[in-house]
Amino acid sequence: MPELGRAALVAALGLILYAALAGGYAAFCRRRRLLDSAANALLAGFAATGVASLVLFAALAGRDFTFEYVARGTSRELPMGYTLAAFWSGQAGSLLLWLLVLTGSASAAVALNRGLVRDVLPWTVPILGAVAAFFAILLVFVASPFATQAAPADGAGMTPSLQNPYMMIHPPMLYLGFVGLTIPFAFAMAALASKRMDERWIVATRRWTLAAWTFLGFGILLGAKWAYEEVGWGGWYAWDPVENAALMPWLVATAFLHSVMVQEKKNMLRVWNVVLVAGAFGLSLFGTFLTRSGVINSIHSFTQSSIGPWFLGFIAVVAAASIALILVRLPSLRSRTRLESLVSREAAFLYNNLFLVALALTVLWGVVYPLVSEAVRGVAVTVGAPYYDFFAVVFGLPLVLLMGIGPLVAWRRASLRALGVSLLWPAGVALVAGALLLALGAGSSPAGLVGYTFGSFVLAAIVLEFARGTRARKALGGGGWLASFAGLVGRNRRRYGGYLVHAAIVLLLVGAVGIGGFSTTTEARLAPGESLEVGGYRLQLLGSDQRRGANAEELRADLAVFREDEQVGTVSAGKNRYLAEQQTSNEVAIRTDWLRGEDLFVIGDQFNEDGSVFLKVLVNPLVNLIWLAGLVFVGGSLVAMWPDAREQRRLAGRLALARA
Amino acid sequence: MEAAALLLAAGLTIALVLFVARPFLRDPVSRADRSDEDDPAAAERLSLLEERDRALAALKELEFDHRTGKVSDTDYRELLRPLRREAAEALRALETKEAGQRERVRTNVRS
Repeated sequence: MPELGRAALVAALGLILYAALAGGYAAFCRRRRLLDSAANALLAGFAATGVASLVLFAALAGRDFTFEYVARGTSRELPMGYTLAAFWSGQAGSLLLWLLVLTGSASAAVALNRGLVRDVLPWTVPILGAVAAFFAILLVFVASPFATQAAPADGAGMTPSLQNPYMMIHPPMLYLGFVGLTIPFAFAMAALASKRMDERWIVATRRWTLAAWTFLGFGILLGAKWAYEEVGWGGWYAWDPVENAALMPWLVATAFLHSVMVQEKKNMLRVWNVVLVAGAFGLSLFGTFLTRSGVINSIHSFTQSSIGPWFLGFIAVVAAASIALILVRLPSLRSRTRLESLVSREAAFLYNNLFLVALALTVLWGVVYPLVSEAVRGVAVTVGAPYYDFFAVVFGLPLVLLMGIGPLVAWRRASLRALGVSLLWPAGVALVAGALLLALGAGSSPAGLVGYTFGSFVLAAIVLEFARGTRARKALGGGGWLASFAGLVGRNRRRYGGYLVHAAIVLLLVGAVGIGGFSTTTEARLAPGESLEVGGYRLQLLGSDQRRGANAEELRADLAVFREDEQVGTVSAGKNRYLAEQQTSNEVAIRTDWLRGEDLFVIGDQFNEDGSVFLKVLVNPLVNLIWLAGLVFVGGSLVAMWPDAREQRRLAGRLALARA
Repeated sequence: MEAAALLLAAGLTIALVLFVARPFLRDPVSRADRSDEDDPAAAERLSLLEERDRALAALKELEFDHRTGKVSDTDYRELLRPLRREAAEALRALETKEAGQRERVRTNVRS
C-alpha cells in the first residue's frame, strides 16, 4: 500500500497549501466562505495525514520490508512494541508524526476558538497552514516514509539504545511539546496581523501552551529516565545537544507562562510576551532540526540526514517574519502601564524571566558553539558539562530562590517590612534544614547544601501559601478545612497548580543534587566468588551466563547483594549483542531501595575469558525523586490547565457584552 | 493491490475536496460573504471591559492578599485607593462609551 501512503501525503500537501494560501487571501479580503473552506482544508489535511500514518503503521505491523523505512528501522525478531515505535524512531516517520500532531491540534484549536477569537482566526488558519505545509513539503519531496525497494530477507533492525520502553513514549511526548508550541505562536502572530492584540489570543492559547509545556517537560524527564537506564553511565542528564534542544524551548515557554500572568493582571510585557512565544516556537523548530539533522555530535546521532538546510531556511523565514510583524505592530503593542516597584510580584516574574531566558541563551550558545568554532576556526570545539553545570548553578539557584519569594510578594508593590514578615517562616525553616544537613555531613557539596537549603525555603513557602490561603478561604466561606482547601484550589487552579509544579522542581533539585553531589562509585575486576563494597553494600559475583533474548544474545554477570551481611537480593548486569543490528549495548542493573531512597546501579563493563568481570558500581542517593518530580509536575500541570467553568462564563459574558 | 490503493486514494481525495468545498456548496450564492469580525466599536468595548475586569480582579486579589497576611494593613490602605480609582475610571469609561452608543442609536432612529 505505499501508493496509498504517497497519495495521502500528496493530498495532505495540496490541502494544507490551500489552507495556507486560500486562508491568507480570505483573511486579507475578509471572505467568510473561503475562510471556512481553508479551515476545512486544515482538518482534511489532518485526515489525509492520518491515512498516511495508518499506512505506515500497517507496514510496520506487517514488517513489510518493501518499505525502505520499515527495512531500515526494524527486523523480523524485533518485538512488536518497538516495531510500531519505529514509526517515530526514524526521520521520515517522525516528520510524519509532526505533521499529524500539528494538523490535528491546529484543527482542534481553530474549531474550539471560533467564538472567542473570530477576528484573529482568519490569520491563524493560514499561519498554521504555512507551518504544516513546510513539513508536508519535506515529507513529499525530501524524506518520504513511503519509498519502496525489493524486499530484503530481513530488516537492518533498530538501534539498540532505542530498544527501551521509555523510547516508545519519550519521542511522541517531545513532539507533542514541540508541535504544541506552534498553536500559541500562530495565535500570537495572527493577533498581530489582525491588529487584535487584546487578551483573547492569550486566553485562547493558555491551555494549549500549558499542555505543550507539560508534554515537553515530561518528555525531557522520560528522556532522562531512558538515558539513566539505557545509556548506562550512571547519570541522568548529560547536556547532550539533543537533550538541550528540548530544554531550550521549555525554558522559554516557562518564562512565557510566568510573564503572561503579568500581562493578564497588569497589561504589561505585551511585546516581551510575543517575543517569548515566537522564541519558544523558533527554538522548538531548532530542536527538531538538531534532533533530525545530526549536524552536532550527540548520543542521538543515529538520526543524521540531509534535511538540515531545509530546517535552517524555514527557521530563518519564521524568525524574519516574526520580527518584522512585531516591529510593525510595536507602537500598538507598547504597554501604558509601568512597573510600580522593584519589590512586587510582577517584578519577581520579571527577574524569573531574565534568569530563565539567560539560562536558555547560555544553553543555546553551548549547543551552537561547535558550529560557530568550526565556521570561524575550522575546528569544532565542543562545550562540556562543566560549562552547563556552572550556568545551571549561577542562574538556577536564584530561580529556585525566586520560586519561594515570588508567591509571597504582593502585586504592585510590597513594603520590605511586610515582605520580611512573609519570609520569616520559610527562611527559618530553610536555615534549620541547612544547619541540620550540615550537621549530617552534606557540606561535602557546598552547591548541594545551598540547593537543599533553597529547596526547603521553597517548600516551606508553598506550604505557607496553601495554609494561609485555606485559612483565609475558611474565614470567608465558613466551611470546613477540606472544603476551604478545595475551594481555594478550585478558584485559583493556575496558581495552586503552579505551586505543585514548583514543588516538583524542588523534588527534581533534591534528586539531581543527590545523584550529582552525593553518589559513591567503585570499580573492580571480580572473579566468581569475589566481592566489592560500595556505599554500605557488598556485591558478590556469583558467575556469568549467556542466554538468548527476544532478538539478542544476553551476557549477564549475576551478583548477590548484601547489606550488613544479610543478602537483600540479586542483580544481573551485562551486555546485549543484537543479532540483526550487529551492535552491542550495555544493560545495567538497577536495584531501587525505596526506604533508603537510593539506587544501586551496576554496570557490567567487561567480560573476560577467565570468567572475571570488570564492574562499575554506583550508589545514587535520592535519584528516584527526579522521576517522582515528573509525576508531581504532570499533576500540577493538570490542576493548572483544568477547565474553569466560572472563568469560561465570565469570558463569554464579557464577549457578549462587548458585541451587544 | 496497486489499483485498489489508487482507487482508495482517489475516493479519499474526492471526499476531502468535497469537504473543503462544503462552505461554497452549502451557500453557493452568498450575499453576506464578509467574515464575522467584531467592529472597531465592539473591539474598543471589549478592551474597556478587560480593563474593568482587570481592575476588579486586582481589588479582589488585594483583599485576599491582605487576609492571608501577605499585605500589611499600611500597604493595604495605600494600595486600595489607587486600585479603587482605577476600577472607577474603567467603569466610567465604559459608561461614557455606552452612553455615546445609545445616543448614536437614538440619532439614527430619529433620522
